[in-house]
Amino acid sequence: MSADPIIAADEATAPKIAVEMTGVNKWYGDFHVLRDVNLTVERGERLVICGPSGSGKSTLIRCINRLEEHQKGRIVVDGIELTDDLKRIDEVRREVGMCFQHFNLFPHLTILENCTLAPMWVRKMPKKEAEDLAMHFLEKVKIPHQAHKYPGQLSGGQQQRVAIARALCMRPRIMLFDEPTSALDPEMVKEVLDTMVSLAQDGMTMLCVTHEMGFARQVANRVIFMDAGQIVEMNEPNAFFSNPQHERTKLFLSQILH
Amino acid sequence: MTDISAPRPSITPATPFVSTAFHEPQPAPVATRGPILWARQHLFGSVPQVLLTLFGIWLLYVTVPPLIKFFLIDAVWTGTNRDACLAEKLGRPVGACWPFIWAKLDQLIYGFYPASERWRVNVVYWLGAILLLPLLIQSLPYKRLNAILFFGVYPVVAFVLLTGGNLDLQRFVLGWLGVDFSTIGGAQGLRIGFWIDYVLSTVLLTAIAYGISRFLAGPEGGRSAAQTTLSVLGVLAVVLLAVDIDTGLPQVETRLWGGLLVTLVIAVTGITVSLPFGILLALGRRSRLPLVKWLCIIFIEFWRGVPLITVLFFATYMLPLFLPGRFTIDGLLRALVGVALFASAYMAEVVRGGLQAIPKGQYEGAMAVGLRSGLMMRLVVLPQALKLVIPGIVNNFIGLFKDTTLVLIVSIFDLLGSMRAAFTDPNWASPTTLFTGFGFAGIIYFVFCFGMSRYSMALEKRLDRAHRH
Repeated sequence: MSADPIIAADEATAPKIAVEMTGVNKWYGDFHVLRDVNLTVERGERLVICGPSGSGKSTLIRCINRLEEHQKGRIVVDGIELTDDLKRIDEVRREVGMCFQHFNLFPHLTILENCTLAPMWVRKMPKKEAEDLAMHFLEKVKIPHQAHKYPGQLSGGQQQRVAIARALCMRPRIMLFDEPTSALDPEMVKEVLDTMVSLAQDGMTMLCVTHEMGFARQVANRVIFMDAGQIVEMNEPNAFFSNPQHERTKLFLSQILH
Repeated sequence: MTDISAPRPSITPATPFVSTAFHEPQPAPVATRGPILWARQHLFGSVPQVLLTLFGIWLLYVTVPPLIKFFLIDAVWTGTNRDACLAEKLGRPVGACWPFIWAKLDQLIYGFYPASERWRVNVVYWLGAILLLPLLIQSLPYKRLNAILFFGVYPVVAFVLLTGGNLDLQRFVLGWLGVDFSTIGGAQGLRIGFWIDYVLSTVLLTAIAYGISRFLAGPEGGRSAAQTTLSVLGVLAVVLLAVDIDTGLPQVETRLWGGLLVTLVIAVTGITVSLPFGILLALGRRSRLPLVKWLCIIFIEFWRGVPLITVLFFATYMLPLFLPGRFTIDGLLRALVGVALFASAYMAEVVRGGLQAIPKGQYEGAMAVGLRSGLMMRLVVLPQALKLVIPGIVNNFIGLFKDTTLVLIVSIFDLLGSMRAAFTDPNWASPTTLFTGFGFAGIIYFVFCFGMSRYSMALEKRLDRAHRH
């Protein structure tokens, strides 16, 4: 897999810790959404974060590329501490790719343009090179033939795979997934999960908020269970599913694993 | 409550409601087409529909034939004075008096622009049309060059051609700061003193920009700020040189301008200024910086709160009272600035409507791929927002085009003003002159406004095809 350009070339020199959160707290107004979260993610690790809705799992990963601001504690991403400094935020966002529940593709641009936009404007890549790169990743997610269509003409599953390709075009070292399959028809969940599995096999550092427990078993190094803004339980997948420690975890698992 | 675990009747292929074969798609029934069916469905479907159809037919009957009769059948087409259009002289009912329009056509197009210089106006008209048309037709290439020519070069050329150029520029930044070079003379309409001032000011401003940005953003920021300042001032120098140099064209004061020329100058300036300015105001109003936000809100609400007539009156009659004595601004320019600011405020609110319709996910998607806020707005948010509000934008353009007629009250004679001036000619006083004149002016305004309307609809359709949801 080392020849695959999916992993940035300076991988060897990159910090060993991908994400480090220490005592992170966040409030929405008076609502205490993240309470003293501590989390360390090593390079190449795949984390699955689950938990009931409103438990702060989306907020947690959105803090990693500063779509949300944390108000207390330290977040260090790829050796860069997130502060108000816009330069650092830019640096982090260049290294961290993200996929959303509703894809958030740009509807006025073609699939190819969606993928080349950031490489051309942020990485200042020449157009030709950006297009080659985009086609490479579109092939990787198995939709190169749709490159000149608009997002609205694709199915949900295809759109989400384009969103993954779009993120990969920035050559991120870390990928965040915020419920990537929740808005999809059941028929399309698998094609997106397959893409994510292949990404995991290539050694990408991944943090996924998802309720796809099959996916968690297959690729995750660790599964995190969150409730009320706290990490309640963290374990490797087999132990997590077969032997949950915390009452809240047991209740949650009994409700989603029928 | 029923027990769902109770045994259910078994489902066999013979059970009703379960299809036994796979159905191929079939063509729709034929009876949904045909003119008679269409008429029955759309014109005579129900009693209210029948009444509305009859009312519509009656309405067409009482309006269209009389108009055709007046403007075409009974109209007089040739003649040299009012006698041609008098019913008693002709011995038949008289409709539109078209010779009046032919006689006054020059006045309607050029106002009192000197006859020997009218070729300049024609060049401006044609140049504008030649540059604008390819810009509007999507399939033609070189859009960027075309846009630079139309929005950058054309206004300067038009200005020089229409006014004659050769502005007497005296002082730039240093001059206003008290270091006066303006006494140094020059040649070819250029004042050496002004250009010494300009060069020194450029050096000074670039140095200041470099210093401030270096202090705030480090050496790289300083260099890029200096480059930006230098290039802006460089472009400005070319523009100033063009309007300063003596081209040999006689000066034509703006109070001699009139007719369609004034209408188009005000409308085109208003339109091309109000859109970019309105976008900036709309973005400013949504800014997180309170100072920017409040300044934009105050600006927008002020200009929206006062009538255009007040603005024009203020600009024309009251502004000179407040300005220092030696400082005079051309009358047309004052009206232009007033109209442009007024239109910008309206445009800002239309654009803001579009910005608010863009879902948060688009911002997040753009931020997540690393786009900074400026690029995010330019590449992701604005293209979508502006597309959404094309009907509103064109609505504003059309309103602005017609509002230009208000400059009449500050004694600027636009198309309608020139028309009214033409009515006072006793040579052409006839019972139908007034109707002919207003009818003709109405047709001209309609052609422009309807053109804009159709273009916007075509544009919407094309963009819609591009990103169907």
